[in-house]
Amino acid sequence: MDRPIRVVVAKPGLDGHDRGAKVVARALRDAGMEVIYTGLRQTPEQIVEAVIQEDADCLAMSILSGAHNHLFPKVVNMLKERGVEDVLVVGGGVIPEDDIPGLLEAGIAAIFTPGTPTTLTIDFIKQNIKK
Amino acid sequence: MDIKAGLLKGDKRAAARLITWAENGDEEAANIIRECYHLTGKARIIGITGPPGAGKSTVTDKLAKLLRMQDKKVGIIAVDPTSPFTGGAILGDRVRMNDLSTDPGVFIRSMGTRGALGGLSKAAHDAVRILDIYGSDYIFIETVGVGQSEVDIVKLADTVVMVMVPGLGDDIQAIKAGIMEIGDVFSVNKSDREGAERTATEIEMMLDYNKSSDFRPEVVNIVARDNQKVDKLLEAIERHWEYLCKDNNYQDRKKNNIRTEIISLINQYIITSIQRNNHSNLIQSMVEKVLCKELDPYSAAIEILQSFNIVTEQQLDRQILK
Repeated sequence: MDRPIRVVVAKPGLDGHDRGAKVVARALRDAGMEVIYTGLRQTPEQIVEAVIQEDADCLAMSILSGAHNHLFPKVVNMLKERGVEDVLVVGGGVIPEDDIPGLLEAGIAAIFTPGTPTTLTIDFIKQNIKK
Repeated sequence: MDIKAGLLKGDKRAAARLITWAENGDEEAANIIRECYHLTGKARIIGITGPPGAGKSTVTDKLAKLLRMQDKKVGIIAVDPTSPFTGGAILGDRVRMNDLSTDPGVFIRSMGTRGALGGLSKAAHDAVRILDIYGSDYIFIETVGVGQSEVDIVKLADTVVMVMVPGLGDDIQAIKAGIMEIGDVFSVNKSDREGAERTATEIEMMLDYNKSSDFRPEVVNIVARDNQKVDKLLEAIERHWEYLCKDNNYQDRKKNNIRTEIISLINQYIITSIQRNNHSNLIQSMVEKVLCKELDPYSAAIEILQSFNIVTEQQLDRQILK
């Protein structure tokens, strides 16, 4: 039997806009995934704890505040420090093209910017989870 | 990562991974739980149930914080519904418990129902056991938002807290059978709203009619969001525990629950064995026979059971056919 993929959807930092994260959460749900929605204004510590306790296959973070260059890599590094290496980390939000290579370098597996069809995100997660 | 050793050491990742295995029906999870079963029974198991939006997650969050002030280790299992169409789910209970998630003395796990209909997930029993072995002093199980008949929580919890809110219906709702019968403690949340006193009175009246038990559940009005009177709710939960500790009340409740669990496991094993052994030919031939009225479906089911040596003919005569 196929087990459902578990995805933590999180909004790190001081950013009050979660419409996009909710749309993605809903799309992943409709694709048969178990989405653990953690809500707004999460600290990196909270996100890392949620990923560990929920034993997630994937962490999907969304940022619209501009703090992505700081927060995304911080979460990835904290996961590494806790020995969590088998979780796929993806990001989304209003992220300038120029910033994307650096984020990929830092260990974010993919960045999905506005206008990305949800099917693309779904397929990417399905094909790249590590467990 | 050695999951069993990690679990016994109280490692969060080991506990989390084991719950995943249990949810996915992995044999290894059953083996580890079996080997550690003698270590279970230390945690107090508290069920939090009530209709959708009543505030179950917020109540759980506030109760857990009170217990953390007493330095108790808390496990939380929060169940949300799985879509019967896609198998997907939005598990959103963590949203109300965010500041608990970094507390080393708290473990929160969200679960989808994955087809179970009684308000819990299939693996809820296993998850409770895992968090018990992991070392929790208290384990909260928050059910899905329930309607009128999802009462599985009573088979798992020592104390069931029914979270109600004002304005859901008249006093006839309160005397209907089903979820209103399983509360050991009743809590009227959002009691700063109009109608809270009336809701509490209706529940009190309903409880006055119950003569079946010598325990009279308490009704506590709270505003969980503002942390009002949640301490009173915890005291009422503790008083129910004191009642359980008297005489044989706790033993009786546990015995009932164990009996129910064994019977449900027997059901599950029979179904799995039928599915695994692929007796589809036999079943198919029975279908044909029933279709042309050579046989009735009752006898067909019994014949199939007999072919698995699950029951003898004499037992069937006694138990099923009477």
